[in-house]
Amino acid sequence: MTAPASVDGAPDGNGETRPTIAASLIDAAVTPIRALLTYAGDRTLLLSDALAGLFRKPFRLRLFLEQMDFVGVGSLPIICLVGLFSGAVSAQQAIAALRIFNQERFVGATVGISLAQELAPVFTALMITARAGSGMATELGSMRITEQIDALTTFAVDPVQYLVTPRIVASILMMPVMTMVFNIVGLLGAYGYSIYFEHIDLGQFIEQFTYWTDPKDYIIGATKAAVFGVTLSVAACYQGFHVRGGAKEVGLATTRAVVAGSVSVLVSDYFLIDIFHILWPYQN
Amino acid sequence: MNPQNANPPAVYEPDAGGGALARRDERWQIRVRGLHKSFPPQHVLRGVDLDIERGRTNIIIGGSGQGKSVLMKHLMGLLKPDAGQIWVDGVDVVPFRDQEMGKLRRKYGMVFQYAALFDSMNVVENIAFPLLERYNLPKSEVMERVRDLLKRLDLENVGGIEQKFPPELSGGQRKRVGLARALIDRPEILLYDEPTTGLDPVATKNVDEMIRRTADDFGVTSVVISHDMASTFRIGDRISMLAGGKIIVSGTPEEVLQSQLPPLREFVEMSGLVGPGGTVNPGTPGSGAPA
Repeated sequence: MTAPASVDGAPDGNGETRPTIAASLIDAAVTPIRALLTYAGDRTLLLSDALAGLFRKPFRLRLFLEQMDFVGVGSLPIICLVGLFSGAVSAQQAIAALRIFNQERFVGATVGISLAQELAPVFTALMITARAGSGMATELGSMRITEQIDALTTFAVDPVQYLVTPRIVASILMMPVMTMVFNIVGLLGAYGYSIYFEHIDLGQFIEQFTYWTDPKDYIIGATKAAVFGVTLSVAACYQGFHVRGGAKEVGLATTRAVVAGSVSVLVSDYFLIDIFHILWPYQN
Repeated sequence: MNPQNANPPAVYEPDAGGGALARRDERWQIRVRGLHKSFPPQHVLRGVDLDIERGRTNIIIGGSGQGKSVLMKHLMGLLKPDAGQIWVDGVDVVPFRDQEMGKLRRKYGMVFQYAALFDSMNVVENIAFPLLERYNLPKSEVMERVRDLLKRLDLENVGGIEQKFPPELSGGQRKRVGLARALIDRPEILLYDEPTTGLDPVATKNVDEMIRRTADDFGVTSVVISHDMASTFRIGDRISMLAGGKIIVSGTPEEVLQSQLPPLREFVEMSGLVGPGGTVNPGTPGSGAPA
């Protein structure tokens, strides 16, 4: 006996089409949410594993120092270079805007606050994502495809604790330090441009800077930098650690690490600014 | 036709049941039963039954993509099966958690296909790594054990070997350093993942001798994944063939050579060890024919 088409699953018109369309619509709505949750969940799990590794023996100080050297000291030249020109460009733009109101003397304050809260942490994070984040993804990816990570496991070494924990911790610790370096060099750039090219009064520049900038600006900047350190290093380590395939996939993982790290820095920056403004409102 | 029905395995002991498996066996060190593993949509292992003989060189052969490396990663505990049991010295290790598995892995040494040496470390640091990670030994003792292994594996005469980094080593040297690293903690079981892949014939023969000598000198149980039939018959005490996700034949080299299973015949004939008519070519190791 042949079963009716609607029962045995053969397509037979409206009865079959409606549930399929509904299922497709639900699927279309759920898929991005599921993908977003999976994305966040996978990285949160890696972060929690890495942080748990911090409180388990053995503590390998040498690995932490090596990564701090790689993320921090290794990034120093590029941070100084970018910081110098960013400070000078900020001063140039600020003077152009302030000149409309004949208030160029405020350039030190304007550049100081914008560097401390925004430019220094964000630019430092983007530079470290490009240099150290890509390096992390490439190194871990290469270790994965050449079975070095499997080899660690065969020696009963937790690869997350051995490879990921030092990279994340080094990024968290070095990002605020590098941000401070960016601030200092950026201010030097702004100072140089303002004093030597725009002939702003030196006393005014320093006085307005010291009057308007506040330690809280630097605390906000440093805190943001530490959070960016988490986001960029987790993005990079996740991509590298989960590479499957060969050299091509390592290259793709590196690209994804830089894109994901940069985007996560900029997105988290928006929310962090909101949080800080709620916790620490501006006062006139 | 199902190859399993075509011809039963040359030597195969039927499953003695969990009771018999759950005690230390003097002959079999590792016993695998009904192992399944899928990487959707592929069902790679489809009920593998395998026995690894204690203190002997056990070879697992099979074509590319048959799941040999997947099987080895299960033996090492790097992968968890979807179903099945792996008994090591009478203990089912499949339910083991990370900590127990970490202790179990001290029984094992693994030589990876391309050695998997740590690029950031020199030869001495690579070999000493398991000792430095597991124990708090004096540096002098670690160095003594490293140098002893370099000597026993004929690496001491390579100029400046101790300070060389992996990219500076030849393929054969890398395999030896990988073996030294696997041996440094005196394992009971040594796993080799396609040890002769990518080596020229001379280096292949050297690696074969190294495996044979290691088994004799160190008294370890060796498990070698290979598709190199000449090597297999040169060094193997026991050979098993993985095909279609199952072990289709298992026995001594002589027994395996006599097997008429189509996948095995094809494999052996293509390797040139046996002629199309089933005649064993002269020089085939394990055949009894003169070289």
